Amino acid sequence: MRDVAIVGVGHSKFGNRFDVRIDELAWEAVSEALKDASLSAKDMEFLVVGCSGGWSAESLPAVICSEYCGTLPKGSMRVEAACATSSAALAVAYNLVASGYVDIALALGVEKMYESPTPVQIEFIGRAGNYFWEFENFGMTFPGYYALHATSYMWKHGLKEEDLAELAVKAHHYASKNPKAQFRKEIDVETVMQSRYVAWPLKLFDCCPLTDGSAALIVASESVAKKITDTPVWIGGIGASTGTGNLSKRDLFLKLEYSGLESAVEAAKQAYRQTGISYDNAAKHFDVASVHDCFTIAELMAYEDLGFCARGEGLKLVREKQTYNGGLIPVNLDGGLKAKGHPIGATGCSMIYSLTKQLRQEYGKIAGKETQATIKKGKALAHNIGGTGHYAYVTILSLERPQK
Amino acid sequence: MSDMHEISKKNIKEKGLPIVEEPKSKLPLYISVRELPLRYQFGTAKIQKFFEGLKEGKIYMTRCKKCGQKFFPPQGDCPNCLESNMNWIPLSGEGELLTCTMIVVKPSTYAHYDNYLVGIAQMKEGVRVLGWLKIDDPAKIKPKMKVHLTTVKREPEHFITYEFVPA
Repeated sequence: MRDVAIVGVGHSKFGNRFDVRIDELAWEAVSEALKDASLSAKDMEFLVVGCSGGWSAESLPAVICSEYCGTLPKGSMRVEAACATSSAALAVAYNLVASGYVDIALALGVEKMYESPTPVQIEFIGRAGNYFWEFENFGMTFPGYYALHATSYMWKHGLKEEDLAELAVKAHHYASKNPKAQFRKEIDVETVMQSRYVAWPLKLFDCCPLTDGSAALIVASESVAKKITDTPVWIGGIGASTGTGNLSKRDLFLKLEYSGLESAVEAAKQAYRQTGISYDNAAKHFDVASVHDCFTIAELMAYEDLGFCARGEGLKLVREKQTYNGGLIPVNLDGGLKAKGHPIGATGCSMIYSLTKQLRQEYGKIAGKETQATIKKGKALAHNIGGTGHYAYVTILSLERPQK
Repeated sequence: MSDMHEISKKNIKEKGLPIVEEPKSKLPLYISVRELPLRYQFGTAKIQKFFEGLKEGKIYMTRCKKCGQKFFPPQGDCPNCLESNMNWIPLSGEGELLTCTMIVVKPSTYAHYDNYLVGIAQMKEGVRVLGWLKIDDPAKIKPKMKVHLTTVKREPEHFITYEFVPA
């Protein structure tokens, strides 16, 4: 297998994008990535499109986007892994290049959720579990699945709704600096606490919004990457795991005395193994991380699932503000899913976009000095969960070329 | 959105196109003239006994005759043994609540129900079950409280399903 580097990144404005169709939205990220790498669409040898779909009109987004972005007649495919869809797209693009099948591939995440009314979007996301046993008769929703984890955490560790609110405050703080974020306003704990319940104990401000958006990553083989850029960002490892469709079968949060997503733990351990990183106190190996905070409780569980702290200690990281920039491990300096927005199929590539910019020390130019992590170790981590731990992808980026 | 559809029909009449102004952004939106009715259908042959059981007030799990693994939701195939030979065992209904939530913002197809509680319980037989929890006052919910799983007619549709009630 060959080493693979990210050599170009692009990102659309996230939000309610009534101004564009899905292919036009894809173009915003793709054109920016092409400019970033000083390449043309014709240089792309394969387009892997992450798009969860259902709510948008186009059934063949990979084809529509290939045509609009000018990559025809190169091969393409659509990849689906729920909210981890474009981390999966990157995993495919990585393997196409690592295996020698192509030298340059484009991973694109794109989602146009607002082509359907909000209740229909809620319906589609709520079906992201085991349809018959959870949705057909019991009407589970996406916040509902995570609320079951929040209740479990509260019952075991004395988690308070105010603790979760602190994570929403952090997300909005960093999103307020990010010109591409959906929410640009700072909030306080009171705002969160006064918002209405969506799925008890989660309130409106514990939840990410519905979002339109796109993000694109150009990956290249080692020899090609060095011709394109002086600062290739290497893919050090990709861990992937699948959890049960039925939440009732999850041992980690139902059987044991703590809460979390077993698929996230498994994906993290795989990625750490590939990179030679130990699971315990894993935070010390990274300058910055993006974790999957579709809901505030999800970010808290991620700290523990990734081995950033011991089980039940995630709360301490929150209460001591250790995941702000300058803390033990800065997390979601772009505002996270919670406030930057969560266009389902674009989120994975969006995380990697931010981390690539962080490692290149270019993020501060986008969102201000306060949002640029100090880069000392040259490593960053993306934790992207599909559904409620139904899929988990952990991707490790590195300024240093992976050691064979 | 249905309002938008109404406006788009009016706009077709007056201007010949189903393009409306989106109220917040003021951007032009083309409202599709095609509406997709979508009702799925799926086979139940392998677990038909489960549905027969519901009619008799029983909630079945399955257990592989070879390796003994228990399944809820019930399934007809055992991935460990590559066998499809199951015992059908009715649950006693005795369980302990492990977690729960109350769904307030509902999917479009659930809009006609009041807010509902969904819980997961550990059943005496070793499997766990997810279902609605019917309780008069949510403040009475306690970690590990005893619950009973029972069949019930879901109204207003009047079909048989199952739910938890306080034991």
